[in-house]
Amino acid sequence: MNLQKFRNIAGNYIFIIPAFLLFFTFSLYPFFKVFQLSVTDWDGISPYMNYVGLENFKDLFMDNTVFWFSMKNAFFVTFLALVVQNFLALFLAILCDREIKGGNVYRVIFYLPPVLSGIVVGLIWNWIYDGNYGLLNHFLTFIGLGDFARSWLSDPKSALIAVSVIHMWKGFGWGFVILLAGLQSIPRDLYEAARVDGASSWIVFKKITAPLMIPVFILVSILTILGTMQLFDIIIATTGGGPGYHTEVPMTRMLASMIGNSKFGYASAMGVVFGLILLIISMIQIRVSKMMRQV
Amino acid sequence: MSLNPVEFEDKLQVNYEKIKKGTVSVFVHIFLIAVSLSCLFPLWWAFASSLKTQQTIFNDLSLFPKAPHWENYVEAWTKADFGMYFSNSLIYTVTVVIGVILIASMAAYAFSRLQFPGKNVLFLILISTMMVPIPGSIIPLYVLLNKLHLVNTRLGYILPQINAGLALGIFLLKTFFDDLPKELEDSARIDGCGRFRVYWHIALPLARPAIAVLAIFNILAVWNEYLLAMLVLNSKNLMPLQRGLMVFQGAHVTQYPLLMAGIVITVLPVLVVYLMLQKHIIKGITAGAVKG
Amino acid sequence: MRLSYKNFIILFSVLLIVTGCSGGDKKESNTITVWHWMSDREDAFQELAKRYQAETGTPVKFELFAPSESYSQRVKVSAQTSTLPDIYGVLGEKRDFASFIRSGYVADLTPELSKEDSAWKKSFFEKALLINEFLPENEYKVTPGIYGVPLDVMTIQMVYNKNLYKKAGLNPASPPRSWNEFVEHCGKLKDAGIPCFVSGFGEIWLIDAFASNYAMNIMGEKKVFDTYRGTVPYTDPDWVQVLGLFKQMADQKILVDGAVTMVNKTSEQTFANERAAYSFNGSWCVNVYKGMNPGLEYSAMLPPAFTNARSMKVWGGSGSSLVVNSQSPRRDAAIAFLKWMTAEPQQTFLAEQTENLPAVKGSLGKISPILSEFADDVDSTTHPNIYPVHENPSVTEAFDKGIQSILIGEKTPEEVATEVQRLKEKELKKSK
Repeated sequence: MNLQKFRNIAGNYIFIIPAFLLFFTFSLYPFFKVFQLSVTDWDGISPYMNYVGLENFKDLFMDNTVFWFSMKNAFFVTFLALVVQNFLALFLAILCDREIKGGNVYRVIFYLPPVLSGIVVGLIWNWIYDGNYGLLNHFLTFIGLGDFARSWLSDPKSALIAVSVIHMWKGFGWGFVILLAGLQSIPRDLYEAARVDGASSWIVFKKITAPLMIPVFILVSILTILGTMQLFDIIIATTGGGPGYHTEVPMTRMLASMIGNSKFGYASAMGVVFGLILLIISMIQIRVSKMMRQV
Repeated sequence: MSLNPVEFEDKLQVNYEKIKKGTVSVFVHIFLIAVSLSCLFPLWWAFASSLKTQQTIFNDLSLFPKAPHWENYVEAWTKADFGMYFSNSLIYTVTVVIGVILIASMAAYAFSRLQFPGKNVLFLILISTMMVPIPGSIIPLYVLLNKLHLVNTRLGYILPQINAGLALGIFLLKTFFDDLPKELEDSARIDGCGRFRVYWHIALPLARPAIAVLAIFNILAVWNEYLLAMLVLNSKNLMPLQRGLMVFQGAHVTQYPLLMAGIVITVLPVLVVYLMLQKHIIKGITAGAVKG
Repeated sequence: MRLSYKNFIILFSVLLIVTGCSGGDKKESNTITVWHWMSDREDAFQELAKRYQAETGTPVKFELFAPSESYSQRVKVSAQTSTLPDIYGVLGEKRDFASFIRSGYVADLTPELSKEDSAWKKSFFEKALLINEFLPENEYKVTPGIYGVPLDVMTIQMVYNKNLYKKAGLNPASPPRSWNEFVEHCGKLKDAGIPCFVSGFGEIWLIDAFASNYAMNIMGEKKVFDTYRGTVPYTDPDWVQVLGLFKQMADQKILVDGAVTMVNKTSEQTFANERAAYSFNGSWCVNVYKGMNPGLEYSAMLPPAFTNARSMKVWGGSGSSLVVNSQSPRRDAAIAFLKWMTAEPQQTFLAEQTENLPAVKGSLGKISPILSEFADDVDSTTHPNIYPVHENPSVTEAFDKGIQSILIGEKTPEEVATEVQRLKEKELKKSK
């Protein structure tokens, strides 16, 4: 390798050095420390800890049905968010993509929920779902569906869905903005041409919009999955994981172990397992997105 | 004025189209307005609540309080020391956002354009690991900051936040750089520009919309951050805005009207910045995420 | 234009350096630093700090970290790096407190408390100090002693709304004395269209407190402790009876709709706005209700006993305690400050400002009538932190979550008892 080429490559590395310095210090080092702690029985306080080998992992995989139940809940919310939230976001984006009056206003308003603080969201939705004085029950009674009225957050049949609705309401604004941007980037003349050919709206969507939007769909779904799997603030503010374990998710289990039970080593093991699962999902998504883009 | 039959039919056709379009658009608007109301309602509720008193806030559910207590805003502002916290949050937000943009855009440019061994592996490690935050890692992080003598310093609060913003930043900007035409950069290189000059003068200006997206993501994140602040900072005079809100939500007593006034005060700047940047966002995400 | 890039980098670096150097404010070496989590008491604390400096010349700095989860995390990480302040509080269970002491982060205050014929010690409510005490041969192997002093006292008990009582045709001067009477009164309240009982059962520690009250009442202390030790199973009829009370609450719809996932702050709103006749809450509620509804007419009571075999006991004792950092160079000054903080004038000031029960008996005379009602019940308090044995936290969680399942009609008391016992046996095996 000649000097010139070496200097060239070294110069290229300079571009990524700041990022990797930060990354090694503030991400990788803590990450490996957590890995180290996951094989101990550390309580989070004492300077002493015992090495317990894979005991924590064994217990997590063999004996901790609650953790896996919480994982199931997280997957359920994620699935709902992927379908309902993203469908709503797409539908709204398509509506606003036309030359519609007040499009700008809608665009700003739909972004309000992500900006709002969790405290307001918690207070508002607790009130909406309240069994006695809740807005939702009032509304249902008003339209003659009073039989469906219930205490939404504490009924095991509705609790997880109720929490999901809050999450989706808070999150659809992101998807909406991204999807709308994607739609706007599609050249208008493609639509014109199709319309001249007499294609219906559905055909236009299927043949023109959808294929061009695939990269955007993937981006939105990656953000939705990562964001939803790590959901916990809304749950803490509304149900605290209850009733029973009906709205527990991995993050709330981890916090319960770490803060509630002072089982720091065990919580770290949960973190490692949960982290690896998210990692695998992200990897698969990046793979899939690469394949789709090549098609 | 008379119309010949053909013209008349045309007009009829147009009217029919117009009516059909009109009905559809009425329904569209009804739907959009319904969704909008659901988004506006909480903000308005917070605003209306901020004008009530602790006694009336959960009894008087009116959305237009009859006797608005505007003095709540004055009280919230002084009680929460917002003056001091505002300037702190401003410093943190500006530094973190500039840091993220600089560092992420350099790395993203390298991953997109430059050649070096281990490029793909490094990119994958960077992206995937950073997307997986582990709550337990906060203790090792603190131990590390202490070793670096960064506890209770602004820098100790800023650096981890820059790091936290890098993953998404690099991911987004790399996608964007991938889509930029290479011709401009090639011609610049022929003119004798070095790597840094091409990146700084050609690539970065073209990436402005994507940078706006990154900015709005990070502004929101830094502005609303407080868990890290509680961990890294001790002194009140270093604390960010969210610390001010904590005065109103004690372990036992929550002063709801003041809290709501505080929330309105803290949300407004974010909304204003969003309003200013949103046009860029639209273009930015388009350019970054959509392959033509 | 190449310069502009450099300028940009330079600007950024300068910003970083400036922010990096302007660290925390310079501390004078004799300043006593105190960490606390109650941001709603910030004003009162700052005022006391000012007074102390005026009186003694020693500056005191209160640093507040909220919410309490953040505070407790902050204390734990600071312990790891020996950066704890001179005075702080340990949030959490006795087990956590013990771990702090064993690790050498907490000074033993026994010698100070015993000085001058135990004058300092005697000024406190006995119960409040007990929580910070480790008895000889405690299960945590901590050197016996008293390691912290209380700033205030609390009890967790029942309150009832006198107004709603009148509305339902009941006598507001005679709250229910037995569980059956309670159920009966609830029936009457419900007939009058008044929701009966609210509590923040979404926070499982409140369920735990309520259930523990009745476990102690039904089977007595010894049997409860034997259960924790593993010699009495949760499937014992007495435990099934405890769980059965919740079944009864579910069947008779005694709880307000949604209470099973309600956070305590929502439950406080509900009671303050007269949307429930009873609540189970801590004595701090006096201050909360006063803010939301100053005209609320209510009274404190012990939870109605299920059996008269034993008197009813509720959780209570120290509300928030402070400890002294054993590694602090200002240890003696810190102890002197704590003595001042817990002296009568300061306790009276705190009690008045925050509407809380003072930790010293001398300040009792100046509290509000409703607060005195709580104070009267301090003698009937107990607390897990003074138990000789403790349940495994996973078992406690399963027990409380099981009660939630009973309250929503998903499981029977027998099913929950069996499940909890299965987990208990697993944990027992593990600890061997």
